Amino acid sequence: MPRTWQELFVTGEAAAATAPQEEPQERRRGFFRRLRENLSKTRQALGAELQASVFQRLDDETFERLEEMLIYADVGAPATARIVERLETEAAGGTLASGEDLTRRLTELLAEAARTGEATIDLRHDPTVILMVGVNGTGKTTTIGKIAWHLQKELGKSVLLAAGDTFRAAAVEQLEAWAERAGSDIVKAAPGSDPGAVAFDAISAARARGHDVVIIDTAGRLHTQDHLMDELAKVRRVIAKQMPEAPHETLLTIDATTGQNGLRQALLFRETVDVTGIVLTKLDGTAKGGIALAIAQELGVPVKLIGIGEALEDLRPFDPDDFARAIIEV
Amino acid sequence: MFEALSERLEAALGDVRSRGKLTEEDVNKAMRAIRLALLEADVNFQVVKRFTADVKERALGAEVLESLNPGQQVVKIVSDELTELMGGAGRDLVFSPKPPTVILMAGLQGSGKTTACGKLARHLREQGKDVALAACDVYRPAAVDQLVKVGAQAGATVYEQGTGRDPVDIAEWALGRARADGRDVLIIDTSGRLHIDEALMEELARIHKRTKPHDVLLVVDAMTGQDAVNVAERFAQVANFDGVILSKLDGDARGGAALSVRAVTGKPILYASTGEKLDAFERFHPDRMAQRILGMGDVLTLIEKAEQQMDERKAAELERKIRKQQFGLDDFLDQLQQLRRMGPLTSILKMIPGLGSQLGSIKVDERELDRIAAIITSMTPEERANPAILNGSRRKRIAQGSGTNVHAVNQLVKQFSEMQKVMRQLSQGKMPSLHQLARGR
Repeated sequence: MPRTWQELFVTGEAAAATAPQEEPQERRRGFFRRLRENLSKTRQALGAELQASVFQRLDDETFERLEEMLIYADVGAPATARIVERLETEAAGGTLASGEDLTRRLTELLAEAARTGEATIDLRHDPTVILMVGVNGTGKTTTIGKIAWHLQKELGKSVLLAAGDTFRAAAVEQLEAWAERAGSDIVKAAPGSDPGAVAFDAISAARARGHDVVIIDTAGRLHTQDHLMDELAKVRRVIAKQMPEAPHETLLTIDATTGQNGLRQALLFRETVDVTGIVLTKLDGTAKGGIALAIAQELGVPVKLIGIGEALEDLRPFDPDDFARAIIEV
Repeated sequence: MFEALSERLEAALGDVRSRGKLTEEDVNKAMRAIRLALLEADVNFQVVKRFTADVKERALGAEVLESLNPGQQVVKIVSDELTELMGGAGRDLVFSPKPPTVILMAGLQGSGKTTACGKLARHLREQGKDVALAACDVYRPAAVDQLVKVGAQAGATVYEQGTGRDPVDIAEWALGRARADGRDVLIIDTSGRLHIDEALMEELARIHKRTKPHDVLLVVDAMTGQDAVNVAERFAQVANFDGVILSKLDGDARGGAALSVRAVTGKPILYASTGEKLDAFERFHPDRMAQRILGMGDVLTLIEKAEQQMDERKAAELERKIRKQQFGLDDFLDQLQQLRRMGPLTSILKMIPGLGSQLGSIKVDERELDRIAAIITSMTPEERANPAILNGSRRKRIAQGSGTNVHAVNQLVKQFSEMQKVMRQLSQGKMPSLHQLARGR
């Protein structure tokens, strides 16, 4: 699984050309610590539970409380039931003997549940088109800004942003501020104009000016609003008309505080625009983001990036093992 | 998923009626179904536990009334308790006798504060208040611009000083301006902040101290999961909020977060934000929310919407026309348009109990209605009043004019004549009246 930006994005170039082959160990640890800190509440809750279970038998009560913990993390009833059932079976079969065993297996199962599908993002197209979609307020524009910054500054890619959110007041201004920070170009249109046209123009502009990556912002929309989802499908069709195999990547932002509705969001966005990855945002609160596990398990859509804070470096490639460990280890 | 709660309960309790009373075992079965339903609605785990315990107590030994089946009986108890827990009849904002009434808005990033500010401003403008907005979100890029735009749409004055100053000072300055300008209400927009961000929570506390708001409103996303309780508790400590605005309720989230917040903090939910447009904002109705969480449809909202759109004079006229068999295509078009004003058809249909689950993936094609409207508007007034005169060449002309084909025109004319037949029977008293229909159910 990718752990660094260099690993997440497949550039087809010798990685050393633009960035060090491997991230300094210290920084890796820094990330892990940061995520762990940010997930501390979950860790404390689960950790306390699991630590206690070391001294107890693996009885019904332990499993019942384990189930509660997963529900609290927004993993959802079906995914929770599946994990708990599996652990119960293994305990009954004698492979789990202690609370420590339980901790270890739980970590493995959580990571396994999160690990699905294609984990990397291929940038070897000319240009690579990334479409960003999601419900209102989940952090699309901010995520785009941060991705652009990383691509420009760390991978040496030239990025063009398309201000496709022509609906929300001041959305274009917000993206412009990010474009300036990242040093990216931006294509925009008048408020209320057709987002498909913005996407179309952006791709032709990127071709003309030789940009490597085009990231297309779209207005936040609830997955239940059929007319807005139709509009999004149209944006996608227009992109494909301009460049047949595009968009190469369609990322859906999911707010980590989202509950079971996140599953519906992922389902309906996938139906409409064929989502290829999730960006799990706002993991730095007390929310646990367990809905990402449910989405990975139920729909097979992998998490590719996580947002663990406001700073630029707080947008990170997702690592299921780190994620599971950070949730569980004390 | 959950529309099935009633059915699940009925399945679990199917054979109870013969015994006349609910036993502990029956109730336990029911509680398992309720527990799952509430969890899938994102009601906080602790709240679920407490709630099912309460309901269990009330349901135990409850008489199974002859008129209700046991499943319905439990659903009724659950629905009553949920409504109670969510704050009974709800309440409105209280205005200070000494204006301006100051309202401070707070919430997490992306919960919808700025939009809620605009919607609340518009709502209060409609009540004849002179409303001003204070732009204190100096962190998110372009947040001030957004408030300025939203404020203009809502017809409210926006006090802003860009992003260079301390939000606490901006808030105080705006309050001074609102006082000097004699505004009735000042709504203070703040930046989204994490409840565990000490620095920003401290800033919120200072804005609170400096402006002494009459009401602090917390904006909560209806899609929030288990974490809603942590967020609400922390905001209650720092800013002691008075009520909640529930945002993004127009999605398909069950909104269990609302119940959790109310149950844990005891603060009422005052308003619900139900759509993209600025006027999609309404008083919160706890009873309807209870039904939504249980997936029981929302007949009251449906009736209210219909009432809003229905013009009484027109209704009387319509009745007269049906009686006199003068119901023409023009009237039909009028009916269609009234129906559409109530909102997207799919969302209207979802409010009908029992239909929600069946609809599932079925989509109503709104364009079909556009096509019908196009066909009718391509007819002459004479043709609309008397479709019988539509011969082949007229139909061809109409098909061309409406961008459809003759087949579509034929179909509409046929359907309409069927409808007229039914109406004729109705007006001649051959069909039971609605009153009779309801009684015979």
